[in-house]
Amino acid sequence: MIAVPILEKSGLEQKKAHATSIAVTSILSLISVIIYIFKGGLKISYALPYIPMGLVGAAAGGFILKKIPDKKLKKFFGFVMIFSGIKLIAG
Amino acid sequence: MNWFSIGIVSLLTGIMASLGLGGGMILTLYLCFFADIPQLFAQGTNLLFFLPIAALSLIIHSKNHLVEWKKVFPLIITGAFSAVIFSFWATIINKVILKKAFGGFLILMGIKEICTKVGKTKSERSEPSRK
Repeated sequence: MIAVPILEKSGLEQKKAHATSIAVTSILSLISVIIYIFKGGLKISYALPYIPMGLVGAAAGGFILKKIPDKKLKKFFGFVMIFSGIKLIAG
Repeated sequence: MNWFSIGIVSLLTGIMASLGLGGGMILTLYLCFFADIPQLFAQGTNLLFFLPIAALSLIIHSKNHLVEWKKVFPLIITGAFSAVIFSFWATIINKVILKKAFGGFLILMGIKEICTKVGKTKSERSEPSRK
């Protein structure tokens, strides 16, 4: 949610900002996973059932991102941010 | 295990993640409230889930020439530095206040995203306009 606006500000078009943000967050997530492993807060078996359809979703998302107009993506992203913000405030 | 709901949740989260929209909230909420997984493990599971999804997404997006790899490294350094700063703040500021402040920030950013037009890229801005 932070990486996309920063990448947009740096001059990237909407779709590229979204795609590039995944590279950033995946590496930061990898670092977090390593920390979780050391803290003993990770069980691989919990994640396994979700991965197959998650990969189908990833493929679908790859197709959608190529096709979706920038304007629609921007608005949808805005609504996701607002919803996330409300969720954080509401608790 | 309700495989149908697991399938739907994973599919939606995968799509959202691949679009660079996050999506982790959907999975984390499901893990906490329906899969009965403790929150710490739910967060870790969400992070672990994201790794193969991100890998496949990046392969597809790279083939579609949508990933600007030059921009990635500086943002990782900034992101890691920010994470350290926020972790420090979380020890001295009430976590609830921090969470609500970040929530407010996201709402403002979201409104900005909806209200502002799709911007020109740097190359479009530097090109002289042809009349």
